[in-house]
Amino acid sequence: MPKNIQLRVNGETKTIAADPNEPLLYILRGDLALSGPKYGCGLHQCGACMVIVDSKAEPTCLRACSSFENTEITTLEGLAKNGNLHPVQQAFIDTQAAQCGYCLNGMIISAVALLEENPKPSDGQIREALDLVICRCGTHSRFIKAVKLASETLNH
Amino acid sequence: MAEPQFLQTSRRSFLKTTGHLMIGFSLYPIASCETKGSQMKAPPYVGTPPRPHVDSKLIDSWIRLDAEGHLTVLSGKQELGQGIKIALIQIAAEELDIEPSRCHIINSDTGQTPNEGFTAGSNSVEGSGKAIRNAAAEARLHLLKLAAQRWETTPESLSVTNGTIKSQTGQEISYWNLLEGKFIEEKITGEAIPKSPSQYAYVGKALQRDDIQQMVKGESHFVHDLRMPGMVHARIFHPPSYQDRLASIDLSAVESMPGVLKVIKNGSFLAVVAEREYQAVKAREMLKSLAIWNKAPIEIPLDQLFDSMKSTSGKPEEVKLSPGIADVIAKAPISHQAEYFKPYTMHASMGPSCAVALWEEDLLTVWTATQGVYPVRGTLADLFSLDEEKIRCIGVPGSGCYGQNGSDDVSGEAALIAKEMPGTHVRLQWMREDEHKWEPYGTAMGFQLSAGMDSDGKILAWDTNVWSDSHSTRPNGQAASFVSARHLDLPFAFQKGGFSGGSYRNGIPEYTIAAKQLHLYNYSGPLRTSSLRGLGAYGNTFALESFLDELIHKSGSDPIDFRLRNLEDPRAKAVLEKLAEKTDWKSRQKPAGYGFGIAYSRYKNSTSYFAVLAEVEINREAKTYHLKKLTGVIDSGLIINPDGLKNQTEGGIIQSASWSMIEEVQFDQDGIKSTDWTSYPILRTIDTPEVEVHLIDRPNTPPMGAGEAAMGPVSAAIANAIFDATGSRIRDLPLKAEKIDWEAISVSLHRSML
Repeated sequence: MPKNIQLRVNGETKTIAADPNEPLLYILRGDLALSGPKYGCGLHQCGACMVIVDSKAEPTCLRACSSFENTEITTLEGLAKNGNLHPVQQAFIDTQAAQCGYCLNGMIISAVALLEENPKPSDGQIREALDLVICRCGTHSRFIKAVKLASETLNH
Repeated sequence: MAEPQFLQTSRRSFLKTTGHLMIGFSLYPIASCETKGSQMKAPPYVGTPPRPHVDSKLIDSWIRLDAEGHLTVLSGKQELGQGIKIALIQIAAEELDIEPSRCHIINSDTGQTPNEGFTAGSNSVEGSGKAIRNAAAEARLHLLKLAAQRWETTPESLSVTNGTIKSQTGQEISYWNLLEGKFIEEKITGEAIPKSPSQYAYVGKALQRDDIQQMVKGESHFVHDLRMPGMVHARIFHPPSYQDRLASIDLSAVESMPGVLKVIKNGSFLAVVAEREYQAVKAREMLKSLAIWNKAPIEIPLDQLFDSMKSTSGKPEEVKLSPGIADVIAKAPISHQAEYFKPYTMHASMGPSCAVALWEEDLLTVWTATQGVYPVRGTLADLFSLDEEKIRCIGVPGSGCYGQNGSDDVSGEAALIAKEMPGTHVRLQWMREDEHKWEPYGTAMGFQLSAGMDSDGKILAWDTNVWSDSHSTRPNGQAASFVSARHLDLPFAFQKGGFSGGSYRNGIPEYTIAAKQLHLYNYSGPLRTSSLRGLGAYGNTFALESFLDELIHKSGSDPIDFRLRNLEDPRAKAVLEKLAEKTDWKSRQKPAGYGFGIAYSRYKNSTSYFAVLAEVEINREAKTYHLKKLTGVIDSGLIINPDGLKNQTEGGIIQSASWSMIEEVQFDQDGIKSTDWTSYPILRTIDTPEVEVHLIDRPNTPPMGAGEAAMGPVSAAIANAIFDATGSRIRDLPLKAEKIDWEAISVSLHRSML
């Protein structure tokens, strides 16, 4: 049975009538028309559906939407502040770190969460943070470069 | 000259009937182009109204100036993440002297772009790029002639700055003012001579891709992101295995589920349509649990594939013959023979395939991530016995496909489902399991190589035998190329095509060898196959360049010197020489447990040149190896966008490393066992090697496709590096550490210590 679910997404409170067991991803894409988080596997294996929950990068394709009540959800769309891209987003543009781009959501969200916790990550820590996200095009080396650049910008 | 008829009667009525659709669609490219508005003085881009493609010999088919202050390029090739949009824009901007920021592109839409077949074979810059260059040069000449007429001067005396024509006496007029809203309906005559590379201002620059800017913000970009008014969601449940057919199912429990609008059963084709996407997912799960299948086992075991190839393939194609070659090899001072194997591998797109379809009476529109909108349209026409003119296929980017993934199938299926929901946009997305199990894989291949060499290390004869299933079962106008068409109540029978060129691509070595021979055994294997990046070139180059390394080792030569001695083409030598220079090859230090592997090939023996060094380090305690670094050098002729070329090549290198080291489709008699990222792992960030790519620009030679050049050489370079580090020659992909003879390493180390 549908129930009213209250979610905080990108700084706004949204009330959605949905099956409480419906994974958050479908609410974000379907009800809130957000295209950032993507369906990749439905199994928490590929990271396409990542969002930031409070301050951690989390997948959304399996976990029930009701379990996200009372959390602060930030999607790719919510990273820019006052019209300025987040330094990680800008670094991905500057290094042209994309091919097909389907994994960008997961990569950028993972990188933002990493840099919030650890503004000066090592190469190994960057690799570890991005490891949850599948990239089939083989853009990994550019992602690592982009995160290093973003880290420099943030620490400048 | 006769006026071109832009709107033939049937087309005009089509446009009229689907008018609201055109608006719905045109919002997409227009919205995606608006980001450019801020940087320019020209008015904002309002798009160019769709009008049907008539004849690819017309300028208007490729180049349109009807949006004030902007150029719109049309291409029948799809953006697949390879950066084709910016590359083609650079080419058009160059010839017309318009800043690229004022240029836009529409790709792959049977309603408006030329028919350029498939976006495949790294052919987009060579094919579409050439057509656009010629059309743009012709458009420029036409405009200069118009201005010259107006000012009573000669076209040669005029110059152009950012779309404004200037005379020597100070007169100025923009392209758009000159045209006064008219289309350029001239033919491409070949009279206009494109610019010489020495004049290039935009071609050769690392201009950034516009779409990356949109993607990092999460803007709608993919076919998955399309949202149409009143759109409903579909899921399909494919049979558990290829030949399984539905015995029975009680649909009533599915029909009564919340939000379910329609349950479709047509033979073994099972689909659900629901209001919300997750309701469709749940209904699919229910279908899965209720369906009872007549099982048909896969008869050939995974570990007997090569035996099956040898025993069932019949007579080979004689691709290249060299009578008496067996004798030459047998009598040569050094002769060698070896067999290699490549398993089935996946495209493994990160986003499962998706399409949106809409039927309005007998008019069908499909938004599709196919690599070929026109071939898919022809195939849909066969599926529905419908006139092609009544179908419009609109290309929208999908998740990276690298060949034929499920995008074509899902387009056919979305149309089948939407037929039951007239007037409604139906969005069908595959689940992960559908993509992993039903995409057409890159085929398994077998190779038997033999060669004879003299005592100075000169190869005298080289004989190649290749076993391979098809590398192309793409939509070809026959409905059965959509996999679900084979499962309908009245099934379409599938016939494999006759194209075998993909199987022996790069099967004949390029090296200077007096006697070369190739036989191809066409194999009909147990799994569904089609085009995967590079086709047979990947497997053939793995086998050839590994085997060459074996010969080099036998002759005691240096792997770069040996290749340089046995190649004649100066461009082939140049990539190897540059590789040696960039990696300090001659002065390299080899620590214990370290291995270096070299490989080279010219893709298709006719396009891009690529040489690569792989560096591995072994861990004897853990019995593993680590791929540390791959350094590549590519020459693909004139470079349109150096960063795009680098990005593609880096991606190809890493993707090939993943294929080569860990990938193999698992199956047993019940069907495909590689159903997700755990059962079919691919390379992740932690294991990604350091990658370095160097470019050789050849401004005075034509640009050549580059996206597939790295795939084959990287696999052989890694195998050769493992051999260098361990003495173990792994001849069957993937190059798993457990195939290394670790005992032999300990013994040889023990011996060397004594």
